[in-house]
Amino acid sequence: MAGLRGTAFGEELARRPGHDARGGTIIKWLAIGLSLAFLAALLFAPLAVVFAQALEKGLGTYLASLTQEDAVAAIRLTLITAAIVVPLNTLFGLSAAWAIAKFEFRGKSILITLIDLPFAVSPVISGLVYVLLFGLQGWFGAWLQAHDISIIFALPGIVLATMFVTFPYVARELIPLMQQLGNAEEEAAITLGASGWLTFFRVTLPKVRWGLIYGVILCNARAMGEFGAVSVVSGHIRGLTTTMPLHVEILYNEYDFVGAFAVASLLTLLAVATLIVKSLVEWRGGGRQ
Amino acid sequence: MAPDRARREPRTSAPRARQPSLLPGFGLTVGFTAFFLSAVVLLPLGALVLKALGMHWHAFWAVLLDPRAVASYRLTFGASLCAATINAFFGFIVAWSLVRYEFPGRRLIDALIDLPFALPTAVSGIALTAVLAENGWIGGWLAHYGIKVAYTPLGVVVALTLIGMPFMVRTVQPALGEVERDLEDAAETLGASRFQILRRIILPSVLPAVLTGFTLAFARAIGEYGSVIFISGNLPMHTEITPLLIVVKLEQFEYASAAALGFAMLVISFVMLFAINAVQAWGRRRFVAARR
Repeated sequence: MAGLRGTAFGEELARRPGHDARGGTIIKWLAIGLSLAFLAALLFAPLAVVFAQALEKGLGTYLASLTQEDAVAAIRLTLITAAIVVPLNTLFGLSAAWAIAKFEFRGKSILITLIDLPFAVSPVISGLVYVLLFGLQGWFGAWLQAHDISIIFALPGIVLATMFVTFPYVARELIPLMQQLGNAEEEAAITLGASGWLTFFRVTLPKVRWGLIYGVILCNARAMGEFGAVSVVSGHIRGLTTTMPLHVEILYNEYDFVGAFAVASLLTLLAVATLIVKSLVEWRGGGRQ
Repeated sequence: MAPDRARREPRTSAPRARQPSLLPGFGLTVGFTAFFLSAVVLLPLGALVLKALGMHWHAFWAVLLDPRAVASYRLTFGASLCAATINAFFGFIVAWSLVRYEFPGRRLIDALIDLPFALPTAVSGIALTAVLAENGWIGGWLAHYGIKVAYTPLGVVVALTLIGMPFMVRTVQPALGEVERDLEDAAETLGASRFQILRRIILPSVLPAVLTGFTLAFARAIGEYGSVIFISGNLPMHTEITPLLIVVKLEQFEYASAAALGFAMLVISFVMLFAINAVQAWGRRRFVAARR
């Protein structure tokens, strides 16, 4: 990146009015117009329609759909699932990032690829694998039935499928960040006599906290919103094994559009909140790139 | 979310089984990581592979070559390819507008690009359907021209375009930021036309990023389920995607057939992972070569 851009003069030149409009004003507004039209149709219209449909019959109906018994049960199940999955995956992410960023060992790149694997796999397959293991005709199906343990069509299956799908999120954020920050400060702490845990909590954790927060909120958003994998293992038992996205599907298929979009609007707000936190984290941790 | 960040790190030269380090916790963290990874991801995937390979050879191929399955591959791959191509074009323009121009609302739009990452797929699915159905905001307008989107293969393409969009924009954005303006200035001074600058300077430098984004969007689209099943009519042979066919097989308790189809998709996922790595490695080599 040599050249003028690094110098004060280059900065000045880059900010000069009209410089960015290379290709002329027509091309500029054509590009922006095309972008906005594309995003409006694909992104903004669906976003707006969620709230338009949810509030179609007024605020009263909207609130009534959200406080309906099955909806509350779905919200509770979603929260419970996230409360189990997110801490476990956070623990995993911290452990994997420490192992990969702090040490050189054979098979490290294979380990990184394997951690990424759930991103490459269809959500349906993430659910399918657990049905094959724990379903009635699965490997452990007969044994589980004999001992009266249900995993598929119950909370454990939903938790496992969600865990699979959200597995890489925290690790994915932390590994590059910790690799980039290096080991010098940790090595100094250890040399000065700090224990491993003290070093981790007092040196490493404060350094990576913004990346960690970002990974955790992404993991949480996906955990609460996962549809495909959970749909395969849940069995769709109303009020019992339906998470919020599955409840949306059930209501939608019953033509209860207001109800479906009301629950969907909560999930949309969650997504928007996630994006806001993400922007804040990028702003606070701006120097980390 | 860029899935390539860790791989950009330079490889250290052929490590021993483990290089000495001052820091503690190697055994604990590697052990826990390997255990958790095996328990949650590797063993379950292994069960799928075993189940599929345990099938009789003929039964296995009968499932994979069933006309209904073949029709589902055609739709899944065709629609994914269309969606990734649409994204390559519009994603480039969106990235270009966000990187090169200042306009009201730019930061907000930039932040919203990630929405498909954060929005549950079921919500994208019903929202797109509501917009594109014949009584919807856009669907009603298109219906005047005789274009049906919802419940047709076209609807599948739209859903997959939405899902893949952030992959393309977020991969191309940094690459566009790195294009050397000096080169463009020089070319302009030397009398190059705008089209020549685009074709000879900008496109070659962002091509690896566009290809990476294309592969990422394509790979994601192949496995997508939630957003598609609402907008496609889910008609066998016509608008049924492969992941849905797996779910149908499972609901009919045909575990072996579901496993066979799942295995095929798993193999394709591995091929895509390999393709993504290959494209990125190629892009890096080109980048390094260009610097010399």
